[in-house]
Amino acid sequence: MLPFNLLVLACLAYVIILFLVAFVVERRADGGRIPWLNSPLIYTLSLSIYCTAWTFYGAVGYAARSGLEFMTIYLGPTLIFVGWWWVLRKLVRIAKTQRVTSIADMLSSRYGKSNLIGVIVTLLAVAGTTPYIALQLQSISLSFAVFAAEEGPAGWSRPDLDATAIWAAAGLALFTILFGTRNLDANEQHQGIVTAIAVEAVVKLVALLAVGIFVVWGMAGSAGAILERIEAAPGPDWALQPSRWAGLTFLSAAAILALPRMFQVMVVENADERHLATASWAFPLYLFLMSLFVMPIAVMGLDTLPEGANPDLFVLTLPLSQEAGGLALLAFLGGFSASTSMVIVAAIALSTMVSNHIVTPLRLALRPAQGRGGGDLRRFVLRTRRIAIAGVLALGYAYYSVTGGSEALASIGLIAFAGVAQVLPALLGGIFWRGGTRAGAAAGLSTGFAIWLYALFLPSFGPDAVFSARLLAEGPAGLDWLRPQALFGTGGMDPLLHALFWSLSLNTAVFCAGSLLSFPDPVERVQGAQFVGVFDLQAGTRGWSRSAAEAEDLLVMAQRILGHAEAQEFFRAEAAAQGKATFLPDTTPDFLERLERRLAGSVGAATAHAMIVQIVGGSLVSVQDLMAVASEAAQIIEYSSQLEAKSEELERTARKLREANEMLTRLSVQKDAFLSQISHELRTPMTSIRAFSEILKDADAVGGADQVKYAGIIQDEAIRLTVLLDDLLDLSVLESGRVQLSLQTERLERLIGRALLASNSIAPERAFIIDRDQSTEQIEVTTDTGRLAQVLINILSNARKYCDAAEPRITIRARRSGRMVEVDVVDNGSGIPEDQQAMIFEKFARLSDQAQAGGAGLGLAICREIMEKLGGSITYLPGQGGAAFRLRFVRVLETGEAGGGAGGAVA
Amino acid sequence: MSGRVLVIEDEPNITEAISFILSRDGWDVACHADGATALEVIRETAPDLLILDVMLPGQSGYDILRELRAAPATRDLPVLVLTARSQQPDRDLAARLGASRFMSKPFSNADIRAAVREMVQA
Repeated sequence: MLPFNLLVLACLAYVIILFLVAFVVERRADGGRIPWLNSPLIYTLSLSIYCTAWTFYGAVGYAARSGLEFMTIYLGPTLIFVGWWWVLRKLVRIAKTQRVTSIADMLSSRYGKSNLIGVIVTLLAVAGTTPYIALQLQSISLSFAVFAAEEGPAGWSRPDLDATAIWAAAGLALFTILFGTRNLDANEQHQGIVTAIAVEAVVKLVALLAVGIFVVWGMAGSAGAILERIEAAPGPDWALQPSRWAGLTFLSAAAILALPRMFQVMVVENADERHLATASWAFPLYLFLMSLFVMPIAVMGLDTLPEGANPDLFVLTLPLSQEAGGLALLAFLGGFSASTSMVIVAAIALSTMVSNHIVTPLRLALRPAQGRGGGDLRRFVLRTRRIAIAGVLALGYAYYSVTGGSEALASIGLIAFAGVAQVLPALLGGIFWRGGTRAGAAAGLSTGFAIWLYALFLPSFGPDAVFSARLLAEGPAGLDWLRPQALFGTGGMDPLLHALFWSLSLNTAVFCAGSLLSFPDPVERVQGAQFVGVFDLQAGTRGWSRSAAEAEDLLVMAQRILGHAEAQEFFRAEAAAQGKATFLPDTTPDFLERLERRLAGSVGAATAHAMIVQIVGGSLVSVQDLMAVASEAAQIIEYSSQLEAKSEELERTARKLREANEMLTRLSVQKDAFLSQISHELRTPMTSIRAFSEILKDADAVGGADQVKYAGIIQDEAIRLTVLLDDLLDLSVLESGRVQLSLQTERLERLIGRALLASNSIAPERAFIIDRDQSTEQIEVTTDTGRLAQVLINILSNARKYCDAAEPRITIRARRSGRMVEVDVVDNGSGIPEDQQAMIFEKFARLSDQAQAGGAGLGLAICREIMEKLGGSITYLPGQGGAAFRLRFVRVLETGEAGGGAGGAVA
Repeated sequence: MSGRVLVIEDEPNITEAISFILSRDGWDVACHADGATALEVIRETAPDLLILDVMLPGQSGYDILRELRAAPATRDLPVLVLTARSQQPDRDLAARLGASRFMSKPFSNADIRAAVREMVQA
């Protein structure tokens, strides 16, 4: 028989070996990479912390009580790993991009870095894990008790059992503290511990397989024999219950995603995403091997061990009953491994959550100066974690003491599963649904948590422990529909399924409703997008706006969290990336984002965000950020409106330029047309002159009479040329505004008389009747009388040229009109056609039908220029029976009053 | 030389000069000054050659030329465009519209006599 002391010794030796493994690995890992440490095999083995003492011992007990139902505990994880490994991959990818430290951190980070969510999940995890830890302590002390009982009648009594549990709890706390809090950065991964767990996984498997093989081939004799025994020995409750099967499979599937310790090894400690591919088949294989001999051991135990033996301990008691001490010791170590590995990882995970989501935020809130100034936060966080580890184990022990180890192992485990499963809606909703909001998650989690507490956890202590038997039977204050184990009148259900159904369905409903009804803030939106679309986005979205953060302050803070060397290295690398040779990079949004992620690896996303905010400025996270974003937006709007104004101005300028250009083009076209017109006007008389002079030169051909006639034509055309040139020069002088007016005073009557006399030379053969009222012409005018006469002569000459009446008559009337004088000259011809009246004052506007009358067409243009210089105008008066012109001019023109401006306008 | 030459020209002195020169060479010269009625006159006269001014009252020489070329009877009538506008664009336009020859004012009497002779013979 195995001496008890030897057992204790073996235990100590085993722990020391584990300790050494962890220690050596940590040292080696510090010095450099150890390739095999990062292998998918180690990763898969570390996942075996799913198989705790509950699986090791409890599965056999479960099988002894309920037959094959224990399989559901393996079925759920297998389904997840085989069918849903892409969900795991998404979790791992998100955790790596966001440097997530725990499941609480994951949810807090997803829902806008909300610490409220972190706190809820932490509480849920502690509540859900405490029974589990109690379970492990119970199994350790029970297994010790088995050996103690074997030793003899002087074996252990109940207080000794408690003492064992205390020693176990203390020892585990010590071990966890030594290795779990050596490094602050949870994301640095506890390679030592993971390796030790992998070793324990092997011990567990080997132990259970050895017991199984011993039972099947040692005790039963053959595989066939054990199958016969199984066939022959169904217990009373072995019938399959489909609803329980479905519910339990779902529960264990949920648990593998949501259990804090599973999240720790599966997601946080994951070194390489590709390891999941191996684990997706290797881990189910491990589970299969673990479950292979459960049924044979259970049946053999029931068959051979005395009535009343605890089926949860068959794994130990069967070898002992056959005097196989060595095998029993191996089985004991296997169970010990299962317990310790679970407790260690769970304690690390929980302590990280407690310190990151509860203690550190509290300290920052209570003593904000600590975030900025003195005090070694790194040491503080480490101490918090160590205390948290001790606290978690103390809680586990307390639970163990209160429940008194009365519950069967498996049912405690299921209660814990149902608790942590409450995280599922918020977790899956968070990574697959952008619409999930902080309010929805908080409400859903709280609802599920509350229902779980009320309907499952608290009643699990038994009647009159927490809830009175009366309350359990009749509901609070006699409200029948609120009975904890028969909510809303659903009595008669299995209590576990009942609680699971109501807590998860209401949790999910409240999560969805809350998310739809509430409005996410910008950080939530950003995080939501990053989580849901983690495979789409590679670069992180900007969570920080530029501000006057002091890089130095940030370095001081980072040193306290990351340690001096690491923080300085990080800062120098960042500065180098910015092209600076110092320790202080510019506090760009990118840098702050990376620093936050780095710090988040140690203290969690919400805390890291809050700490940086304290330094970067402002105590409120989103308000500050939002203000900056808003002012940036305002600046952009301001800038763009300035741009708009500028572009309008540019457009105006461009329009002006375009107009000026069009004007120039028009003027240029006018000039070309004018020159072309002049050319034509000059060439026409020159053509006659040249033709006739060539004719005359050829003297023989021309008779005397013709000679005279042709010479006359040459003379007329030469005169016409001269007049044209004079007119051109005159017009040019007038249009340029350089004209010199010579003012003289003269009576209008005399002036008109002179003009009539001068115009008589035109068509002298025609007898015109001149109708003038000389009484109206008794007006003294002071003006450039020469120019005025020129205009009158031009108009009278035109009348003489073009008036086509049989008895031609010219009517002249003058009158004073204020300081102006008006003179109308009207003939009785057919006048100027209406469509041409508008253009007669233009240059070369010779009227087509009367072209034969000669004249270059510059006359009226010159008249217009002159009348403008005299401060007046010349207009055509339509509807007067013949051609009718009105001259207006200033009666007494002052020097300098002349309409130079008008002259300029024409140029 | 014999043949009918019609001169469409609004400057009487120029008409007289051309008429004199060509008559002396034996051409039967008719003159017309108005653009608006020119086409009618051309159809009535049915000349062997047309001397056409461009800047005419009523209808421009170019318009007249275009219509002449559009009508089958006058499509091949030799037309000498005679104008005071001597720029290249005017020459191009005249050529495009189907002028047989282009001559700018003032012209040399010898040139116009030679041109008429050549055009009628061709």
